[in-house]
Amino acid sequence: MAKLESLGRPDAGMGFILITGRTINQGCGKEHGKFSGEYLANVAVCEMNPEDMRRLNVKDGMNVRVTTEAGSVIVKAKKSRRIKTPGVIFIPYGPWANAVLKSESEGTGMPLLKGLKANVEPTWEEVSSLEDLLIKTYGSSKKVRLEE
Amino acid sequence: MDVISSVVCPVCGCCCDDLEVLVDNNQIIDVRNACALGAAKFLNYGAHRNTKPLVRKNGKMVKVSLEEAIGRGAEILANASYPLLYGWSSTSCEAIRVGLELAEEVGGVIDNTSTICHGPSIIAVQEVGLPACTLGQIRHRADLIIYWGSNPWSAHPRHIERYTALAEGRFQKGIWKRYLSRLVFESASKRRYRVASLVFKAGSMPLPTAEVSGRSLPPSEERKLVVVDVQKTRTADLADLFVRVEPGGDYDVLQALRALIRDEELDVDDVAGVPVETLEELADLMVNARFGIIFFGLGLTMSVGRSRNVEAAIKLTRDLNKYTKFLIMPMRGHFNVTGADTVFTWQTGYPYAVDFSHGYPRYNPGETSAIDVLMKDDADAALVVASDPVSNFPKKCVENLVKKPLVVIDPHMSATALVADVVIPSAFVGIEAEGTTYRMDHVPLPLKKIVEPPEGCLPDEGILKMILERVREIKSKKAS
Repeated sequence: MAKLESLGRPDAGMGFILITGRTINQGCGKEHGKFSGEYLANVAVCEMNPEDMRRLNVKDGMNVRVTTEAGSVIVKAKKSRRIKTPGVIFIPYGPWANAVLKSESEGTGMPLLKGLKANVEPTWEEVSSLEDLLIKTYGSSKKVRLEE
Repeated sequence: MDVISSVVCPVCGCCCDDLEVLVDNNQIIDVRNACALGAAKFLNYGAHRNTKPLVRKNGKMVKVSLEEAIGRGAEILANASYPLLYGWSSTSCEAIRVGLELAEEVGGVIDNTSTICHGPSIIAVQEVGLPACTLGQIRHRADLIIYWGSNPWSAHPRHIERYTALAEGRFQKGIWKRYLSRLVFESASKRRYRVASLVFKAGSMPLPTAEVSGRSLPPSEERKLVVVDVQKTRTADLADLFVRVEPGGDYDVLQALRALIRDEELDVDDVAGVPVETLEELADLMVNARFGIIFFGLGLTMSVGRSRNVEAAIKLTRDLNKYTKFLIMPMRGHFNVTGADTVFTWQTGYPYAVDFSHGYPRYNPGETSAIDVLMKDDADAALVVASDPVSNFPKKCVENLVKKPLVVIDPHMSATALVADVVIPSAFVGIEAEGTTYRMDHVPLPLKKIVEPPEGCLPDEGILKMILERVREIKSKKAS
């Protein structure tokens, strides 16, 4: 556990480590279109260890708010038996994951996309569709076109 | 109905070239041999598509002629002092070449998607080199295959079947049978465990564990698959040895392995959550292999350490070559990201993040890379080709990107197209247009034109040439 602590375990508020990555369903959803239901269902999710879900009182399919230094986003919790290390959460690549990722690249051109400190809490708020997410996040700066 | 064979798949870096596409009346009916990702692309490419050029007027997107959209796009780029030209990995090498010419003409910064993918790998390769090979060699000869921080089951679904563990090579056979018999054995023991836990729950005895213990490695002459990852991915289910590393622990594990293969003792019980015995087992496997290969993915490039993780992996490969033959290869994501790096390199000398603002190419990832240019809010306009940075860049970068004039060339109606000022629809390379792509092992392959594009949708190359021409006209008018 030494590594988890060095990544910032002590502050209890950010007790999780966020990993982002590809999944086969994210890849297929992308080909169905970024505004499709498939993409939303497969990308706006947060895979969690069953133990963590029990601890937070989160049921499979319930909405959770994931918060990092960079911001917060609401996604659907999904039980994953593949994440064996408690405290690790996984969100597929996509606009929802990017809403909570930091931009600093520390001189490499690559932001830290795996291994960010995060917090997870259950919520009743709804998961935003991609259009709503864009409006919420960038709407004020200009132009989000909604009508086809 | 026509069957078009030997089609190269325009999805991931595997660029599978054995696809068969069934076409009837300019419509794709079915596709054979493709993975889930390939099939999803060929069968759904027409959905959520925009076929009309759009220009934003008074805050609203209006359908316009192609000429007008190209004129407006060229104006934005010609009038900008430091535009960002981003994307390129999902288009043909021919289009990328024109893009580089355009970047030089407008004095901007041009970057491809390597920057948030294997950019750190490129930095590491420039430091220590790369012992590489083609995938064919691996298919026929490799007896130890290691996937490190990479999940081909999800990202490159046919990689294992075509090139590595499940492939029938000339000198190495696939591990199908071993995998199937293990699957049967493991599901039987899981069933036994479930029955046992029901019985045990009734009493007060401790529950038995579900872990299958005492799995022995196959005989040394057979092909072996090792997976190193932070979670037990579906690729790991196939593996003969799975090593779970704590998030951010790859560098420690790689350096520990380097020490072990030099016969040094480790004074700890575990390294980043991996017991030293497991590392010793892995080190033994590596040293005793006759032809080993490490495929590494974004688990190394996107986590703490970034390029240093990859550097450690390459150095481990270099050390192993004192004992045996060992190679290493990055698992490239988009079908032509390798091509983008290659074309960038033969045109400018640098593989990505090339800055033309001084009139000559300059390369400094961390300064001229897309993320940093956007983060510092340096760019005053942007051209995005066949990519969706609004979905894939961190929030702060996107905020700065959407503030400025934005031109998008993309066949998809993506999130980036939604917030753009000019949208020029293009033809899908590999489906509606020809081109050249580079497989992840730098083998160039021809992409086929299978169906006609919708009326008015040109290939990226044609659109970029028209923009370049208009930019030159505007510049010469300004000069005179």
